[in-house]
Amino acid sequence: MAKELLKGNVAIAEAAVRAGVEAYFGYPITPQTELLEHMAKRMPELDRVFVQAESEVAAINMVYGAACTGARVMTTSSSPGVSLMMEGISYIAGTEIPMVMVDVMRGGPGLGNIAPSQGDYNQMVRGGGHGDYFPIVLAPASVQEAIDLTVLAFELAEKYRTIAVVLADGSIGQMMEPAELPEMQEVDRQTPDWATNGAKGREKRLLSSIYLQPEDEEKTNLRMLKRWMEIEANEVRFNEYFVDDAEFLVIGFGTAGRVAYSAVRAARAEGIKVGLLRPITLNPLPSERMADLAEKAKAFLVVEMNTGQMLDDVRLAVSGKAPIEFYGRLGGVVPFPDEILEQIRIMAQQPPTDTNGHARQRWFERMAVLD
Amino acid sequence: MESTIIEPEIIYERPEALADTVTHYCPGCTHGTAHRLVAEVLDEMGLQEKTVGVASVGCSVFSYNYFECDFVEAPHGRAPAMATGVKRVLPDHTVFTYQGDGDLVSIGMGEIMHAAARGENFTVVFVNNAIYGMTGGQMAPTSLPGMVTTSSPLGRDVETTGFPIRMSEIIANLDGASYVVRRSLHDAANVRKSKKALRLAFEAQERGLGFSMVELLSNCPTNWSMTAKDSLTFIKEKMIPVYPLGDFKVIPTLAELRV
Repeated sequence: MAKELLKGNVAIAEAAVRAGVEAYFGYPITPQTELLEHMAKRMPELDRVFVQAESEVAAINMVYGAACTGARVMTTSSSPGVSLMMEGISYIAGTEIPMVMVDVMRGGPGLGNIAPSQGDYNQMVRGGGHGDYFPIVLAPASVQEAIDLTVLAFELAEKYRTIAVVLADGSIGQMMEPAELPEMQEVDRQTPDWATNGAKGREKRLLSSIYLQPEDEEKTNLRMLKRWMEIEANEVRFNEYFVDDAEFLVIGFGTAGRVAYSAVRAARAEGIKVGLLRPITLNPLPSERMADLAEKAKAFLVVEMNTGQMLDDVRLAVSGKAPIEFYGRLGGVVPFPDEILEQIRIMAQQPPTDTNGHARQRWFERMAVLD
Repeated sequence: MESTIIEPEIIYERPEALADTVTHYCPGCTHGTAHRLVAEVLDEMGLQEKTVGVASVGCSVFSYNYFECDFVEAPHGRAPAMATGVKRVLPDHTVFTYQGDGDLVSIGMGEIMHAAARGENFTVVFVNNAIYGMTGGQMAPTSLPGMVTTSSPLGRDVETTGFPIRMSEIIANLDGASYVVRRSLHDAANVRKSKKALRLAFEAQERGLGFSMVELLSNCPTNWSMTAKDSLTFIKEKMIPVYPLGDFKVIPTLAELRV
């Protein structure tokens, strides 16, 4: 397929269509609405299911019901809508059925605004709903990657009978850039052997997240954990740039990672030996790779569009082996490459040596000049 | 001596769609009756193998244990949304939800209204016993004025807690609903009428006529603190005046049907 100029939200929707999604349920919310609108047009013309639900609560439970039949299903939303979906997400996790969802993050908490943010990292990576479960979380940094990760999300969700989340931010959803869509796939009508689709010629099946005996629930949680450990072992994905001879390492995901890439290239042009690690899977996070890089890097700079939610996980991964600094913009503000470049220069001129204290605290003190 | 041998004839047995298991419901509870009636209808119409039931949260959370068909278990109040998902993907299958009044009228008000408004082609079995049974007898939106519950210990005060909600009347006003009736399970005659209503509701679904719901007035001897017998009298004397039995929506195609 040739490249075409595509808006992120539309590209994700069309990628899902071509990946064979059979049913879509959603609710309008900025900045992901074009995604729902594209589905409203495309799904009926392909004789597939589209329902605009009365709320995100209903949408996720429609997804839950449809997923129980073994169909390839998805929903999409943005931060406040995803909060409403957390009930159903927890149930879907507890029922151990595959589901793909897209969160096009916006500024928060609360109503916040409709500008790009990465404030839902903790919510998605930690699961967000009640109980013990581990969703796969994929973070695209371009429209092309949003397409590719949407297709991958279906594969991973079905392979591991789990929830796979494409965690994009508003700028990925709203941005237009050239990208290539996948070929149209035929909808796979093969029904998995756990699906509830009528007990014709077989024993009846129940799909539920209820395990009244604590020992049974414990077994279920362990089964889910085992599956998660397989995912951790096999599905970690990241991109690296200029890492081989890097003395300093920037870590950022999604849009923050992409802006950081521009800053790293500019710093290289100035002769600063800096590299970039851009996690593609936020869950599982490339923690081992971070730990390896900490052996040789003089210092790390974590860049996010939040108050340092991934920063806490990087600190865990690095375990004090290298000093870490942080730079974040919040509330829907997207950092400019120059801002990050300045942080890289500071780091290169006076390499931090102290692994004590918290990068968030130091960043906050630097940010105080904004007042 | 001449003896007459009378060949035994089975005139009453467990429907195939009803599971052969021990009930968890309290003695005297009418959930069992409602389950049996649904199972009889599934048998009569030959729907068992293509049915997906949607259980709810409340005493009926375990309803899946009593039916010999596929089941999914919905979050509290969300059974109509989940049923929408199942039915839209499997339009040729039979889908029903089985919900109590706390589930359907309180936390699930949004989901039931919009499923009905969309004319979702599934059947809702709505068991209204005016109380939260599973959690131990709290006030429901359907509790009668003055009714003593554990969360209205002085009796339901309509000044502060509002008035009973008559769901069948409300849903009958939605164009997407094809069949909406209220029946009662308090005596044999009404049980037979309830059965006929359930049959018509499933007939509506099989004919693709849209949303169908049968509200069944039911008891809760345990949390009403009554004997089973008194609880049935309570339905007749106290509940029916607030929740009149009747047909609130029967679309013409269905009205002509004889079952």
